[in-house]
Amino acid sequence: MTTSSNPSSESAPPVLIITPQGHDKSETHAAGKPDSPRQLVLGLLFGVVFGFLLQKGGVAKYEVLMGQFLLTDFTVIKIMLTAIIVGMVGVFMLHALGLVELHVKPTRYAANIAGGLLFGVGLALLGYCPGTGIAALGQGNYDAIAGILGLMAGSYFYAETSGFLVSTIQKIGNRGLIMLPDLLGMRLAVFLAVFVPLLLLGLYLVAQLAP
Amino acid sequence: MEPDSGAWSSYLVGTLIGLLSMATFYFSNKPLSVSTAYARLAGMVGNLFSRSHTENQKYYQDTKPKIEWGVMLVFGMLLGAFIAAVTGGEITAQWVPALWEERFGADVALRLGMAFVGGAITAYGARLAGGCTSGHGISGALQLSVSSWVALICFFVGAVATANLLYHL
Repeated sequence: MTTSSNPSSESAPPVLIITPQGHDKSETHAAGKPDSPRQLVLGLLFGVVFGFLLQKGGVAKYEVLMGQFLLTDFTVIKIMLTAIIVGMVGVFMLHALGLVELHVKPTRYAANIAGGLLFGVGLALLGYCPGTGIAALGQGNYDAIAGILGLMAGSYFYAETSGFLVSTIQKIGNRGLIMLPDLLGMRLAVFLAVFVPLLLLGLYLVAQLAP
Repeated sequence: MEPDSGAWSSYLVGTLIGLLSMATFYFSNKPLSVSTAYARLAGMVGNLFSRSHTENQKYYQDTKPKIEWGVMLVFGMLLGAFIAAVTGGEITAQWVPALWEERFGADVALRLGMAFVGGAITAYGARLAGGCTSGHGISGALQLSVSSWVALICFFVGAVATANLLYHL
């Protein structure tokens, strides 16, 4: 499946219009180059919105995240599934129009599975995600400070072992940038036409069973 | 099944996060992702102690410890959640969550110790898996990444099992 870039055919836009970053190859793909001040400000603004939404959604609460894993509160699944459906339709529409690039994550089965399970264990012990933990601190859950320090410590420890992991577990089941329709040998549009209604049905069922 | 888990409807918040994802793709050419920012921040702290040791790690050769879009995103999230909580009258100002206290008592050190250990395991898992609830769970999943759907399912399996061991054993 393609993750290729879009043709950049636009001429220089007027100064006041915020242009899509997707056209600016030099900025987004040069590895060592720092983000522009514009990107940094955008990052901050998007963060404010994201943190605001997580708090308003209630998922920054320890009780709500744990309630999801104890299967007594389905707020997390409702928010995530809704965001996935809206984002999926929106991002693939923008991509079809040549307005955005995709950033599909590489599939390495062994690392995805082992890391995913480990992440889940840690999540239930911490009671916050990396994202909702920051939002939790923002709303005054001070135990998130210890969680954030733990997240940094765990990240650094991962870096310590990264050389070893790259040559071992990350090689097992390394499939590259594959997407779900590739597994089924389906065209993207056909897959979306089936998958999006299925996700909507799933959301409807969750809403019915756990209002 | 509390109807008032959040101040806003889950579907409204989910829809807005979906729209926010479209905006970050369009304006910044980046998907929403959070956990890498912790690794960058940790690398910056590591640089204070031993720059050469930090720079020798394979991971930090690919992911530079510096302030970039994702780190700014996390700073913004702190601010955004604070604004939401203040304006909604939802500032908690607590060291131990109520549910935890019911089960494990009000000992602050125990809660902080568990949060630290849990955070460390969470971050190690996120790096190994290649993302967290945002990077895999929302951004990767909405792009149909196979890795993200595999990871997302494993997140839930690991968390449901562990949470039930913690609270029902």
